[in-house]
Amino acid sequence: MTPPLEPEDESYRPRLIRSYTLTAGRTATSVDLAMEATLRLQAGAEAPVLSPSAAQVLEVCDRRSVAEVSALTKMPIGVTRVLLGDLIEQGLVRIQATITDKTSTDERLELIERTLRGLRNY
Amino acid sequence: MDFETTKAQRAAASTKIVIAGGFGVGKSTLVGAVSEIDPLRTEALVTNESEGVDDLAAVPTKATTTVAMDFGRLTLAEDLVLYLFGTPGQRRFWFMWDDLCRGAIGAIVLVDVARLDESFSPLDYFESKGIPFIVAVNEFDGVPRYPAEEIAAALALPAEVPIISLDARDREQAKGALVKITEYALMRLRESLTVNAN
Repeated sequence: MTPPLEPEDESYRPRLIRSYTLTAGRTATSVDLAMEATLRLQAGAEAPVLSPSAAQVLEVCDRRSVAEVSALTKMPIGVTRVLLGDLIEQGLVRIQATITDKTSTDERLELIERTLRGLRNY
Repeated sequence: MDFETTKAQRAAASTKIVIAGGFGVGKSTLVGAVSEIDPLRTEALVTNESEGVDDLAAVPTKATTTVAMDFGRLTLAEDLVLYLFGTPGQRRFWFMWDDLCRGAIGAIVLVDVARLDESFSPLDYFESKGIPFIVAVNEFDGVPRYPAEEIAAALALPAEVPIISLDARDREQAKGALVKITEYALMRLRESLTVNAN
């Protein structure tokens, strides 16, 4: 059995430091961001000075999902969520509807019906 | 298009379907067959404890490895996008499934008849979570075809779970599987409403 990696182990240290730095050490966000949730730039919002990684996320996120932003920026999903959460809280980005625990049954039915209609015509 | 108020006022949304199954059973093939984009890959950092990922308050110093998830996208309407997520195969990455499956319409469990046992765990997972799922037997060339009833019996599937066979490389057949799981999820949801109303 391979022993667990120690922090000194070079094999994961660069990735660790990079991820850690991008979010100033934060690993959680107050915004609930499903992997499939899509984002829109807020019209008219004036962007403040952003970190390079946040600016990169802002640049690619319009009409894309959280997972796509993660894939395109090559940042782990958790890091992407923290950065997107910041942009949402700053009013620069908004999140569009998905099915969540809070979705009403009527909304759920409507979304699944729309998906079915779309799939049949796809 | 301003006069189309109904459409304009309807909120843009996205939904997702999860594609599960054993390693090498054709999950990525199925996603690639219907996705409008080349399937993309996202990664999550994994902790020593295999309990949490980087966004679940895991202390960064515990991160030791990553788990990759492939996904595809289908734009179904101007205001609706469907995402397909393949599950990470290895059992130790199962904690990731909760995140992947949250809010999913349902799941397709891809099955290779030569390795039926690899689908037991995914089936158990979706059953225990109450997530609607169908079984899709991926028929590779040259693999003997078994009747659906035999496969359903071998998997101990509940009678109501739809079972289909497909070639995961074929766009129309892959699309058919997506239609099937969506119809089934819709039926299950409507049934639950009837039960609650009585």
